[in-house]
Amino acid sequence: MKTNSLKRSVLAVAVSLGTLAAGQAWAAEQFIPIPSYRVGPYASGGSKYYGGLIDYINLVNAKEGGVGGVKLTYEECETEYKNDRGVECYERLKAKGEAGASMFNFMSTGITYATMDRASQDKIPLVTIGFGRADAKDGSVFPYVFPLITSYWSQASAKISYIGQRLGGMDKLKGKKIVNLYHGSAYGKETMPVLEAFAKKYGFELVNVEVPAPGTEQQSQWLEIRRQQPDFVILRSWGVMTPAAIKAAAKVGFPRDKIVAVWWGGSEEDVIPAGEAAKGYIAGSFASDGVGFPVIQDIQKTLYANGKGNLSDQAAIGTVNYNRGVIGGIMMVEAIRVAQGKFGKKALNGDEVRWGLEHLDLSPARLKALGAANMIPGVKTSCANHEGSGYTRFMQWDGKAWKPASGWIAPDNSVLDPLVKASADKYAKEKGITPRDCSKEK
Amino acid sequence: MIYREAGQFKINYQSDSAILPIVQDRMFMIGLMVVSFLVIPVLGSDYFLAGILTPFLILSLAALGLNILTGYAGQLSLGSAAFMAVGAFATYNFMIRIPGIPLLLALVLGGLMAALVGILFGLPSLRIKGFYLAVATLAAQFFIEWALTKFGWFTNYSSSGVISAPEMQVFGIVIDSAAKKYLFTLAIVALLTLAAKNMVRSSLGRSWMAVRDMDVAAEVIGIPILKTKLLAFAISSFYCGIAGALWAFVLLGTVDPQAFDLHRSFQVLFMIIVGGVGSILGSYLGAAFIVLLPIVLNLIGQLFHGAISTQFLSNMEMMLFGGLIIFFLIVEPLGLARLWQIAKEKLRMWPFPH
Repeated sequence: MKTNSLKRSVLAVAVSLGTLAAGQAWAAEQFIPIPSYRVGPYASGGSKYYGGLIDYINLVNAKEGGVGGVKLTYEECETEYKNDRGVECYERLKAKGEAGASMFNFMSTGITYATMDRASQDKIPLVTIGFGRADAKDGSVFPYVFPLITSYWSQASAKISYIGQRLGGMDKLKGKKIVNLYHGSAYGKETMPVLEAFAKKYGFELVNVEVPAPGTEQQSQWLEIRRQQPDFVILRSWGVMTPAAIKAAAKVGFPRDKIVAVWWGGSEEDVIPAGEAAKGYIAGSFASDGVGFPVIQDIQKTLYANGKGNLSDQAAIGTVNYNRGVIGGIMMVEAIRVAQGKFGKKALNGDEVRWGLEHLDLSPARLKALGAANMIPGVKTSCANHEGSGYTRFMQWDGKAWKPASGWIAPDNSVLDPLVKASADKYAKEKGITPRDCSKEK
Repeated sequence: MIYREAGQFKINYQSDSAILPIVQDRMFMIGLMVVSFLVIPVLGSDYFLAGILTPFLILSLAALGLNILTGYAGQLSLGSAAFMAVGAFATYNFMIRIPGIPLLLALVLGGLMAALVGILFGLPSLRIKGFYLAVATLAAQFFIEWALTKFGWFTNYSSSGVISAPEMQVFGIVIDSAAKKYLFTLAIVALLTLAAKNMVRSSLGRSWMAVRDMDVAAEVIGIPILKTKLLAFAISSFYCGIAGALWAFVLLGTVDPQAFDLHRSFQVLFMIIVGGVGSILGSYLGAAFIVLLPIVLNLIGQLFHGAISTQFLSNMEMMLFGGLIIFFLIVEPLGLARLWQIAKEKLRMWPFPH
């Protein structure tokens, strides 16, 4: 056993040196940095997410020999979900590869914020799928930031629409009471202005209840909720706060199907610790789970059957976080593909990939061709709209698996757009940025 | 042999009380300064400057701050990150609320604000000691983090609470590149280190050490306990505050309460424990150990990329790191600085030890 692992390590060094030398032989290579987190408090989600992402990259390499004949290469760097380590990884990886890093996908709001200025300076796009600055939807102020598919604000809007659907119409929201139970951090407070705007629009009462970070203690908050007797509870949770909230809700007898959580609270890791109490609980989602999608089955067949998969635990395939990673891979690879259409089939630099991200067009037909039909909503980005969709759907945990609880719900942009504009303008003023004119972008 | 001081005579008080009494040390220090100020910024890559050296220098400064309080004055503190946060947020608020304020002035004012808060949370130290004081400073950690998240005024009512640092300018030079940021940090850290070194050699430093070793005896010989302890808190917090501001402005570019959580306080505390409690050099060695070792292990792990699962490598890195901390604490409980001191002694005798 021992000699075996030693042999493997020696072999590994030899192989990595070999690939280093062989690297020159390839016609062109597109480098994708992978700033993953596989240790630390969020490792369980991070390993699966980045496992899915890497599997997809390997799948594209194995099946098509890369994108347009350009092989995709990657290198991992451990961030531990810490901002300073993230910055270190960014600096380490940004100049690697033939044309530098294509884009960064940190899966962490903090690191994304910390690298935003650097990335704009270095002209490398930041991809934040489902999270990040909501106002970065405005590509005229944030040319290098892409909050793809859905931002927190769009999700907050979708939650209100979903609750409206459950009540039987948006007009039924009037006079209802909704509690926003939020994580006591910058992240937790981010949706408050949006929810308040909707409370004003539809005339429901919004009660904000804070849970101090990390959120393991929620007894007094749920007693307060019982006293308030709300119709719904919006759960803006994070990490350990989610199972703790579900358990506390069960204790005070609040029906779990009246809890509507953000997508961070919608993975297996969030509900399984809560056990039976989680039955009926509802959470948002932007990437469907399950192994039923052709792309996931392709990964199983092409990679895992040949021992080339990234994850050692194959049970993780098809979980919410894994599928999110695959979706992340699809978005990134498609951006490179689109950019190649304009700049040619060669190794592209960050600025060229940025153009690709800004002209993504993942129609339902294209998604079907990729084997991911209905896994995500259709995405079409532009200079003025870096989000490209904003659709969210809701899932219900039945005790064993997530079941769809709604279709894709559109955000109410009549309320969100002015907020996005105001916030982006404020940022531009603080930073002294002159917004691009999107009508001149092609 | 290498460190032989034979022939180096101290003929006046000035040379007797010099910071570096031995010629070799002086030469080494001058060489180090020349290399770090002139050579590294030119030759170093962006990654080396911005990814490795800048965070190392900033955390060394924070460790230095804590070392003044814990190592020299003997007051155990778990609130270093909180004082860093105060420094960062105060600097940010000075910069956006007073238009046109020079960066350096804002930095100093931010440090002074941290000193003020440090004094406030240092008050319990007049009554309680040791572990109990650590718990009291822990309150600072939780309270300040909570207050910065709770009250929107501190973050200028930003919806996400994470604010991006404004542009930095010193004497008309915009600090934007990795090399400039590094030089800016290095200059501040070098200056403050020199100040700290002199402080601990002065009467103030001696009264700190007297209080640390036995406060009743110190009081009996006429050292004002109140003033000494509170000054230690103030100066330590000033250092931490400056470090926090640099961390937010130079390294991250965002001012975020989460960057200064309890974990950061522990990290700084571990730095001085590993590096050497009550030693200026120890603050640097400790910061190097805690900041650089995980990165080095990670880089070594990259060599095995592909053969061993990355998950295993990442976890291995943590285990190795923990193992090395335990190893060093067993081999040299007084810290890496003590190890260096022993090496120096050996070099002095080399090659003819008794």
